[in-house]
Amino acid sequence: MNTRAQIRLLDDGRRLHLNDGPIDLIIEAFGETDEVSAAYHAAAQRFATVLDELCAELTLLRQTAQIDGPLPSGAIARRMAAAVAPYCERTFITPMAAVAGSVAEEILHAMTAAASLSRAYVNNGGDIALHLAPGEHFVAGMVERPDRPSLFGTATLDAAQPVRGIATSGWRGRSFSLGIADAVTVLADRAAVADAAATVIANPVDLPGHPAIVRVPARTLAPDSDLGDRLVTQKVGELSPAEISAALDAGVNVARSLLSRGLIRSAALHLRGATRVVGLNLESTTIAIPGSRTLVHA
Amino acid sequence: MNIPEKPTAAIRCDACPVLCYINPGRTGACDRYANDNGQLVRIDPHVVLDRAVSRGESVVPFLDRDREWDGSIVTGPENFVTAIGAGTTYPDYKPAPFIISSSVQGVDMVTVVTEGIFSYCGVKVKIDTDRHLGPETNLVRAQGEPVGHVTTSEYGSQMLSLGGVRHLTGGSRKEGTVTCETLLNLCERKPVELTIDGGATVIVQAGQPPVVGGVQEERMRVGCGSATIGMFAKQWLGKVDEVVVVDDHITGVLSEHQAGKLLGVAATGIKMKGHRSTPGRYFRVAEPGTAWGGTNIDDPLSILQNFDPKTAWPKLRLLMVSTTGEHYAYFELDEALRPVEKDLPASLSESVARIKENCEPALCTVLFMGGAGGSLRAGVTENPVRLTHSVRDALTRVTCGGAPVYVWPGGGITFMVDVNRMPEHAFGYVPTPALVAPIEFTLKIADYAALGGYMDHVRSLDSIMDEKGRRRVSANPDNPWPLAPGKSSRSGPRSNQ
Repeated sequence: MNTRAQIRLLDDGRRLHLNDGPIDLIIEAFGETDEVSAAYHAAAQRFATVLDELCAELTLLRQTAQIDGPLPSGAIARRMAAAVAPYCERTFITPMAAVAGSVAEEILHAMTAAASLSRAYVNNGGDIALHLAPGEHFVAGMVERPDRPSLFGTATLDAAQPVRGIATSGWRGRSFSLGIADAVTVLADRAAVADAAATVIANPVDLPGHPAIVRVPARTLAPDSDLGDRLVTQKVGELSPAEISAALDAGVNVARSLLSRGLIRSAALHLRGATRVVGLNLESTTIAIPGSRTLVHA
Repeated sequence: MNIPEKPTAAIRCDACPVLCYINPGRTGACDRYANDNGQLVRIDPHVVLDRAVSRGESVVPFLDRDREWDGSIVTGPENFVTAIGAGTTYPDYKPAPFIISSSVQGVDMVTVVTEGIFSYCGVKVKIDTDRHLGPETNLVRAQGEPVGHVTTSEYGSQMLSLGGVRHLTGGSRKEGTVTCETLLNLCERKPVELTIDGGATVIVQAGQPPVVGGVQEERMRVGCGSATIGMFAKQWLGKVDEVVVVDDHITGVLSEHQAGKLLGVAATGIKMKGHRSTPGRYFRVAEPGTAWGGTNIDDPLSILQNFDPKTAWPKLRLLMVSTTGEHYAYFELDEALRPVEKDLPASLSESVARIKENCEPALCTVLFMGGAGGSLRAGVTENPVRLTHSVRDALTRVTCGGAPVYVWPGGGITFMVDVNRMPEHAFGYVPTPALVAPIEFTLKIADYAALGGYMDHVRSLDSIMDEKGRRRVSANPDNPWPLAPGKSSRSGPRSNQ
């Protein structure tokens, strides 16, 4: 029996908080009371073994993904491997790039299999899996600086379009980043896919060799990081508007390529107050940035 | 030179099966366990270790290593579970803005319903008490953090100004969080303990009596000491020779007061301490406090000097009473013209009771004050300033959770609302930190179109009512119905004088 995991309702009496080691989920389900209750029980039951399952294969999951590499055996680990597979030929990536989204997806799956819900979300530290019954919608906020959260925009997601996963990546977040983006938020059909894509788009938002960017080998920060000796961003100094634009361009190019390959639906890239949005033409999805109509910060 | 030895070895955390190696000064994958000089410590979620250590907070040694951990680490509500999780608490607090139309007396009205995130916001608190809560401009603290300051004294009450953008975002993270929590609790009509630097500790709850230094306030004073003399002089005539109404602000003396003179009350030779303002009105008879009339005195005679023997006479009857009638004492002068306390005669107890009766129940009142900036207004119209103009021209009515607001003159839409007139659970917060409050703009549909409204987003009231997930609350019968015809978005909180 897992005695580490904490499972409790938050003070609002509506959201469920699940924590085990580095996994921290906020869940909310909407629907009939009995259904919500059934969903929460299913989530808690599924959650109890998640960390142990992942840790059993951690060594494999931290290795560079390869097109014909060994496949992990756990359900979540397989979601992770599948999410990063489209990238492993062209770039360095490990299944860990999709761990948060994959866990969110797995828990959401357990909930929707056990109960009939109008809406639900599983938020794993900003990587979010969504469920929307027909006619329903969510508004999600986006933050620019995860260490200093304030919303820079919102995304309206409704059931009519296919987005069911949101993920955000950036060097200030919990994970290390090879790039300098403050935040890259990706909308995709599934959370695991969005998670991997956010990493893949955030890494090239960069100015290689720029003197104002402090980078250190990931291993000096965390000896067992899956990024090994790769240089990860620790500090970003002054950047000129032209440099910000150039760094964002690099990320936008990758985002467009992912969009054309059907891997993502939309991406918002943020660096030093500048925002680029890719894939806005998606029907009935809007990403709003300050000054447009849905953001209501006073 | 003595250089402290810096440990360089990573330690292995065994709090969970990830079994992170953690370098000195770093956290593990969870951001919750850290290597602090070779010791495994637990820190609050997502507080970066070097910051936590430098501020000397939130670092808890992971003691009891031998005991099995029962998994009871629970993050408090003031902590973020994850920083970026702020993004998804968002749908809780802020549904997509609704632009709703309904027909009122044949005129199509549009109400733009949204929740605003107010970084520029705070509460103005009015605490009905004569007790001295603390010097003007001193800091007001909650949980030890500065959340506001003491502002002016008003009639029978003390005003506090809490919150504001500087406390919310200009100070430490904790200051901001505690300020946000304090504002939210006050707006949600929960009791909040506030401590004033150099002053009292007071429990404030909207619509409830204040509790000052552990004592619940009951009544507001009827007026200042001088005003009380004016109001009751006639009732005292012939029953007593001298009355002193003790008040920290203006203490009144019947025989010297204009009201006493008019009634022909004889001089008594009374000599007050303090500073005489005009006849029968004294300032600073004692220090401010929480005793008689908001002064620090327990013995009313301590504010008197000896009676003038040329004027005073033995058996002179003296009533001393506080501005609320809560404290009183009756004296008669002996042969040496010294006051001797006696039981209050029945003929006077009536007037003391009447002072008390005329004091209204003491309450705390909380007005939320916030400013609707450009982006909130942009949620209503493509040209935000036109909304301001429309509010100014009284074409658009502003309400907050259906409650009337007072809109300040001048630029922007800065308004105040009595939280007691709002529905329950109307407020929320985002971890910015900032408060989330409902705000509605109601206007004629033609006016809405004219100011550049989002006509393509207007939905009928019926279509909203049919949706699931709507919480229905009863209208407050004391509030004017927001859609009632008539102008004036300026109908403010009622005057109480």
